[in-house]
Amino acid sequence: MAYETVIGLEIHAELSTKSKIYCNCSTEFGAEPNTQTCPVCTGMPGVLPVLNKQVVDFAIMAGLAMNCQITRFGKQDRKNYFYPDLPKAYQTSQYDLPICQNGYLEIESNGTTKRIGITRIHIEEDAGKLVHDDFRGVSFVDFNRCGVPLIEIVTEPDLRSAEEAKAFLEKVKAILEYTGVSDCKMQEGSLRCDINLSVRPFGQKEFGIRTEMKNINSFSAVVRAIEHESQRQIELLSEGKEVVQATRRWDDSKGRSVELRSKEEAHDYRYFPEPDLVPIVISDEWIERIKNSLPELPDAKRKRYISELGLPEYDAAFITASKGMADYFEKVVECGAPPKIASNWIMGDITKLMNEKELESIPFAPEYLAKTISLIEKGLISTTAAKKIVAALFEEEKDPEIIAKEKKLIQVSDESALLPIVKQILDENPKAVEEIRAGKDKAMGFLMGQAMRATKGSANPQVISKLIKDLLSV
Amino acid sequence: MGIEKYTVKELSEKLQNKEISSVEVTRAFLDRIKKYDPIINSYITVCEERALEAAEEADRRIAEGERGGLLGIPVGIKDNICTEGITTTCASKMLYNFVPPYDATVIKKLKAAGAVIVGKLNMDEFAMGSSTETSYFKKTKNPYDTSLVPGGSSGGSAAAVSANLAAFTLGSDTGGSIRQPAAFCGSVGLKPTYGLVSRFGLIAFASSLDQIGPLTKTVEDCALVLKYIAGHDKLDSTSVNIPIPDYTSALGGDIAGMRIGVPREYLEDGIQPEIKKAVLDAVKIYESLGAACEECSLPLTKYALYAYYIISSAEASSNLARYDGVKYGFRAENYKGLNDMYLETRSQGFGEEVKRRIMLGTFALSSGYYDAYYKKAQQVRTLIRKDFSNSFAKFDALLTPTTPTTAFRFGEKADPISMYMGDVCTVAVNIAGLPAISMPAGLDSAKRPIGIQLIADSFNEEKLLSLAYAYEKTTGYENLRPDLKEGA
Repeated sequence: MAYETVIGLEIHAELSTKSKIYCNCSTEFGAEPNTQTCPVCTGMPGVLPVLNKQVVDFAIMAGLAMNCQITRFGKQDRKNYFYPDLPKAYQTSQYDLPICQNGYLEIESNGTTKRIGITRIHIEEDAGKLVHDDFRGVSFVDFNRCGVPLIEIVTEPDLRSAEEAKAFLEKVKAILEYTGVSDCKMQEGSLRCDINLSVRPFGQKEFGIRTEMKNINSFSAVVRAIEHESQRQIELLSEGKEVVQATRRWDDSKGRSVELRSKEEAHDYRYFPEPDLVPIVISDEWIERIKNSLPELPDAKRKRYISELGLPEYDAAFITASKGMADYFEKVVECGAPPKIASNWIMGDITKLMNEKELESIPFAPEYLAKTISLIEKGLISTTAAKKIVAALFEEEKDPEIIAKEKKLIQVSDESALLPIVKQILDENPKAVEEIRAGKDKAMGFLMGQAMRATKGSANPQVISKLIKDLLSV
Repeated sequence: MGIEKYTVKELSEKLQNKEISSVEVTRAFLDRIKKYDPIINSYITVCEERALEAAEEADRRIAEGERGGLLGIPVGIKDNICTEGITTTCASKMLYNFVPPYDATVIKKLKAAGAVIVGKLNMDEFAMGSSTETSYFKKTKNPYDTSLVPGGSSGGSAAAVSANLAAFTLGSDTGGSIRQPAAFCGSVGLKPTYGLVSRFGLIAFASSLDQIGPLTKTVEDCALVLKYIAGHDKLDSTSVNIPIPDYTSALGGDIAGMRIGVPREYLEDGIQPEIKKAVLDAVKIYESLGAACEECSLPLTKYALYAYYIISSAEASSNLARYDGVKYGFRAENYKGLNDMYLETRSQGFGEEVKRRIMLGTFALSSGYYDAYYKKAQQVRTLIRKDFSNSFAKFDALLTPTTPTTAFRFGEKADPISMYMGDVCTVAVNIAGLPAISMPAGLDSAKRPIGIQLIADSFNEEKLLSLAYAYEKTTGYENLRPDLKEGA
């Protein structure tokens, strides 16, 4: 029997606010443990939260970018559970009145456009981090992350494959980056994902029994987790067994998931309205202000690159998938580089080098790529030399022209300088000259080679070729 | 008895006329605490050194010509209000060693005004109780009769004022915790409108009901203190941003023409006849002063107590979850793993009454029961608010007993339900977020203080205080003081 996989995602994104959601502590990543804390975010007795308005701004922004309705009268709720990284023993979140509801995003799937429903986007606070010392058998808590604002984006069960899930996540990531809502740094845990997954025989209307896999923090791990879990469920059903509704933990290094807790053991979070905070009332003016501050979003940008800059569909999609890349590309074009040439460089050598070096952004200024391209256009360097310059720019950021000089990559294009050399070569090789006149192209290559050797490779081959042809009048 | 008997107003005048210094006043109170608190047991912590330093500072400020109603005045603080560097226990084993790293907003305000904090006062554990018997540390005695409870949960705050162990005190009121002990100990106690006084630094019992307020000898002192502690605080989202008037300037005005409602539901069965009589006597006094009194009805009163115990316990179950032994306070010594640490710490660290409320609240919020309990209670809350606002369309204030009975003996109310029933006159005010004051109304035949309560509409503290002041000036009941015998 053939099975269909049904997937819904819950995506947590840390917001790019300077301070935490309910206090003034910094949200910066990587500080010494417990140096970015105060009585409020460490849950001292007697403290009260005060909502950072920018968190609401960002949630509205994400909601508008994902075609959501904005809730005019929202509230925050307490989600109660015990864990040492949660100092108040409740997480302040949103239960039944999230800031955004009923949105969607479109993804490309098998060459068609598919709409993925977004159930809701709500705001909440992050928890701290436990550090286990297995050697001494003790655990420590770092509260720096505690109170960092998050949005949780919950989708409808509209995704049908790992590829669709990945495409959706890429879209979400691009939008969050474009709007500046989140920096989406996955290694720092600022984008994490829970996967709800079930399988059912093709054609069946009812959903199968689902499992939930928590806190997966890379797109490739999401793909692996989905493929593995859907295979596991299909195998169970094929053997006539049942899927157990449970929360599972995906162990990406081992490539398998283990059950954390079953449905019976599921937490009762005892949600209730947070009495220490007032309702979130969002006015038309507030929404209008956010709407006006929205930057150009990935889809609009992609379309513009095709229609205005003449990029092929593939290039436009590739470049706009990341805000960093799109911004870079636009700068290069602004500096005068032809768009298609710029996109070729970015998608080709630059992406390859970034992957090799595991970089998230291009390590040199867009002006330098534009200048490298202009050096080719002016005939000062060859394409091969330009590749060397780009590689050098990954090592050290400096003016490509200086690199070209230092590495002796500048080609001589001055006809008057090259003319005596070419004349001498023609004089020294009468046989080859005869062959060319007789129409044998092979000899042309030989003469070119001689000329390049005489100039130690610094001559512009196009100029040499032109001079030979001119002198021989062919 | 020396200078400790004076009101805040009187002390302040003497300080400013330089008849006495703050150090002298503070020493006098500290001496009296040493002498009498071994009987009364109102303080958990006395901070003599800090107090004397603060008094010296106040004297410097006075010498520099600064004036202020609380400058140099000794104050006692209920032990659920955070004081930087001074142990703040909530009268619980759970926080027996907790030293807050910050001051509550009211403490910051008191310090800025130059008040001298002499110590932290006993209370029911986490403010849960009506007799201060649930304190982990000690039983506070009623200064009028040491075989009686002082009421609660701000029992230490009420007893200290009554016994002149502080010029005034701060308490907190979630369901009557300022007004009921004030009534039992013959003090004035004000629960301000929800949102008038910042809750930042008040260790939460029930966030939507808690308010900090003053306990004083007189209504005038009450008005004076309120002026210094009220006001918007950007650290408390529920604090209201309105201008704070000089509450004392409203006192002494003509109350003729004011309309006072007397809700019949507060005078029904179960009210001690002498208390009912005190209310009816107050009606006569107000009428003699030109106010119009009229019987009225608050039909939903009987549901307030049930809604109160559900809402307050539900919020408490969440507010008290942070006491898990991980970060501060008590942690059990022997445990096997994380869950066991939670279990042992919370089983050993909390007293019976606190555990009862946590369980009650946890149940009320549980999936499948939420609608029947918590949600229903919130609906009742909305209706009770409406009930009151209907009354305030007609009346400037409502007059009721503060308590159904005067102070009872230790151990007399061992059954929690009978203890809860004692809150019947006070809880509706918290449910509706209204301001209310309890003022002394004489003694019953057993020489136990009677308290009567005035309730006003939200942010009508001026009206409330001026009505209370008129009663006090007419009756002189504020001059009643208990006779204290020296302690061991």
